[in-house]
Amino acid sequence: MPRTVKMKVFRGEKGEGAIHDYNVHIDDGMVVLDVIHRIQATQAPDLACRWNCKAGKCGSCSAEVNGKPSLMCMTRMDSLDLEKPITVEPLMTFPHVRDLVTDVSWNYTVNKRIKPFKPKAKEADGTHRMFQYEVDRVQEFRKCIECYLCQTVCHVLRNHGKHEEFAGPRFMIRTASLEMHPLDVEDRVPFIKEEGGIGFCNITKCCTEVCPEHIHITDNGIIPMKERVADRYYDPIKMLFRVLTGK
Amino acid sequence: MAQYTTHDFDVLVIGAGGAGLRAAIESAALGAKTAVVMKSLLGKAHTVMAEGGAAAALRNADDRDSWETHFRDTMKGGKQLNFFRMAELHAKEAPDRIRELEEWGAVFDRTPNGLINQRNFGGHTYPRLAHVGDRTGLEMIRTLQDKLVHMAAEIFMETTVTHLFKTSDKICGCLTYSRVTGEFHLFRAKAIVLATGGGGKAFAITSNSWEYSGDGQALAWRAGAELMDMEFIQFHPTGMVWPLSVRGTLVTEGVRGEGGVLLNKDGRRFMFDYIPEAFKNDVAATEKEAEQWVAEVAAGKLATVRRPPELLTRDVVARSIRAEVQAGRGSPHGGAFLDIATRRTAADIQRKLPSMYHQFKQLANVDITKEPMEVGPTCHYMMGGVKVQAENGMSTVSGLFAAGEVAAGLHGANRLGGNSLSDLLVFGRRAGWGAAEYAKTASAPSVNEAEVAKAIEENLASLSRKGGENPYAVHKDLQDMMQDNVGIVRTEDELKQALGALDELEKRVDNVSVEGARAYNPGWNLAMDLRSLIVISRAVTLAALERRESRGGHSRIDFPSYDKKYSKVNHVLYNQNGQMALRADALPEVSPELKPFVEEA
Ligand SMILES: Cc1cc2nc3c(=O)[nH]c(=O)nc-3n(C[C@H](O)[C@H](O)[C@H](O)COP(=O)(O)OP(=O)(O)OC[C@H]3O[C@@H](n4cnc5c(N)ncnc54)[C@H](O)[C@@H]3O)c2cc1C
Ligand code: SF4
Ligand code: SF4
Ligand code: FES
Repeated sequence: MPRTVKMKVFRGEKGEGAIHDYNVHIDDGMVVLDVIHRIQATQAPDLACRWNCKAGKCGSCSAEVNGKPSLMCMTRMDSLDLEKPITVEPLMTFPHVRDLVTDVSWNYTVNKRIKPFKPKAKEADGTHRMFQYEVDRVQEFRKCIECYLCQTVCHVLRNHGKHEEFAGPRFMIRTASLEMHPLDVEDRVPFIKEEGGIGFCNITKCCTEVCPEHIHITDNGIIPMKERVADRYYDPIKMLFRVLTGK
Repeated sequence: MAQYTTHDFDVLVIGAGGAGLRAAIESAALGAKTAVVMKSLLGKAHTVMAEGGAAAALRNADDRDSWETHFRDTMKGGKQLNFFRMAELHAKEAPDRIRELEEWGAVFDRTPNGLINQRNFGGHTYPRLAHVGDRTGLEMIRTLQDKLVHMAAEIFMETTVTHLFKTSDKICGCLTYSRVTGEFHLFRAKAIVLATGGGGKAFAITSNSWEYSGDGQALAWRAGAELMDMEFIQFHPTGMVWPLSVRGTLVTEGVRGEGGVLLNKDGRRFMFDYIPEAFKNDVAATEKEAEQWVAEVAAGKLATVRRPPELLTRDVVARSIRAEVQAGRGSPHGGAFLDIATRRTAADIQRKLPSMYHQFKQLANVDITKEPMEVGPTCHYMMGGVKVQAENGMSTVSGLFAAGEVAAGLHGANRLGGNSLSDLLVFGRRAGWGAAEYAKTASAPSVNEAEVAKAIEENLASLSRKGGENPYAVHKDLQDMMQDNVGIVRTEDELKQALGALDELEKRVDNVSVEGARAYNPGWNLAMDLRSLIVISRAVTLAALERRESRGGHSRIDFPSYDKKYSKVNHVLYNQNGQMALRADALPEVSPELKPFVEEA
């Protein structure tokens, strides 16, 4: 039902700023991003936000709606309590740029540290054979749209600011997607233990809950990777073997 | 004195969709000092939204396929206006480009014997689209971006090009601004590759994002390069129509590829009523035949009968839906019903079309495993663009290359679904190679400082102007005007009106004022995009006026059928002392060995 709602939007630069109030007329079926666009077009043309696809496919429009990290383009207004004002704020875990835009470049830096895909040789007939059941898991991880909502909610980053020591859930599953790739021959277990800091994760599963692609980040990605790390580094028989053989 | 930072490269790629990334990979691999600039963040370009798949005659799902058949289908879909050499290279090279992605880590859906699976799509004789569910573009862009970041190429995100510069008729650099800081950067480069995509934001109902303002076509035209085939705009038949806020958002053709059917409000499967003569032999004559095709395909067998008419080329399906709506047989919100719920099991739908399921559930409260969708045409793709050489992607300006949606030639009057993603790979690579080769012998570029200062002044004008118009209001009026007068069907009168309206709108664009400062100011950014939108809107309108026939993505109510007079000409738009002029060029003659695969149109 068309009506007027009260929006409270954070405006400002580099962390300095305040919540601004806007009264906006909304129509049926609108999402939060539509309302932000309407504010831009009619009340605040310089209101900064990121978006591209408006269909949950590009991961650009992440923001905190009523305190919950969300994709603005997939959050319908009628899913919110419109009797109360709706707050929209930038992601808290990354440095602020302007209004709803944050500096997410740290994520690109982390990604670059992960060793690239290294395929094994092709079969004699010049093809690579992989079966659907072998790639289902990898495909699940590759659905990631890099919205960084999981990075935003993870307390290791959000509350403890361990950006230097912990790669975050997005890059745990990115590493897992390479490690579980049937064709890949690279070894990233040392990375995920040391630089990636997988030990910081205490399996709270907040990342999984927020993922708009419904990737089972913890159960399917992080826990199996923790097992690989444990097998490699803490398995007493394997450790003994390594000591004896020098491997 | 205008302030800016200068950077020097051999090859500068503008755009980081599939075409730009593939070009940069090639250029960097050949040792050219390479950089990529883009309007958004890395990985967010339009390519990420592509759903259905990438067309290549891999022959994994049906070994009756061949590059010759792919070539034939592409030419037929393009109503024979394609540059045949581009269609030939594309059909021949696409399979290697797809396999190369696999070598770089892409994980396509598999056939039962472990190869890259392929699906059916409109206009393709055999199942030909390599895909990953309905998120193929994501797989492609991620694979390319992860390849590129480990190569010696520099990446500049949220950096938009506003002006190209030339010295003695050769390209020498471009001016950009950083979205984040609003500061200007000059890139001097020996060669520039345009990979900027299309310009769907000229229309009100579109599947395209804010980035698609036709910057590449406009930059090229201003720099003196020729544009071609601009009248041909693809209106994809199935965009969402409701709720209004998502009107235009794409519903992948994959829904029909998986057996989805189009129905009018009376439940009639109307596509059987609209099969064009030229396609009579390619599609099922009865619902029974169409059902059998779906059953065979769903069971993973080779189809032994002809495909359903829902899989006719996009121009045909879009016009048919429009005709049904016009005749009063549309769905409640002015579209047609697209039904997959009664065709496939809920489990199949969720596995094959997960993001469509999600999109409708979340945005329209529709469960597509239980109910039909409501769909209607949406502006989707520009077949036209910068005129280039097939082999190396060079435009008519030395040192300026183009690949991907911004370039013209491969698709003729209508693009087949899936032929864009493969286009990006084949011609992205070729343009990257062409630019790197060209840069080897080009001299170190120098840019005239006075020109840079003037360009900066132009960019800043809207910020200092007081009392002008709101850029959002001007944009909306432009979109509505183009939608009404230059949209899915056109007439002489409306096109002439559009030209007049564009003159007015151009004046308004030159008089917009924006509030605020330069750092991350979308109003200011839009003010600059509007200049490109005017250029491409004019190009589309002029070319549409001149083509007094209907063909592919150009439909004239006053000239509803093919006219032989236009069957062998491309319209070329060029810059005549700052004015846009048009000329009709004869199509290159198809080479004798390819003659057997083309049909008269
Ligand atoms: C929803 C949707 C679904 C689709 N599905 C399919 C499909 O299944 N199969 C298929 O083959 N095709 C499909 N297409 C079409 C296809 O996705 C696009 O045509 C293709 O991705 C375009 O790629 P590109 O590399 O040419 O440009 P894009 O991927 O659009 O990239 C353009 C790049 O240029 C940059 N840019 C633009 N202007 C400037 C400037 N002034 N300065 C700096 N950078 C600039 C942008 O920031 C961006 O990085 C689909 C399109 C859409 C919208
Ligand atoms: S499960 Fe681990 S990675 Fe995910 S939010 Fe919790 S601590 Fe962070
Ligand atoms: S894993 Fe999910 S939440 Fe995290 S970045 Fe990817 S899509 Fe977003
Ligand atoms: S705009 Fe692309 S995910 Fe929201």
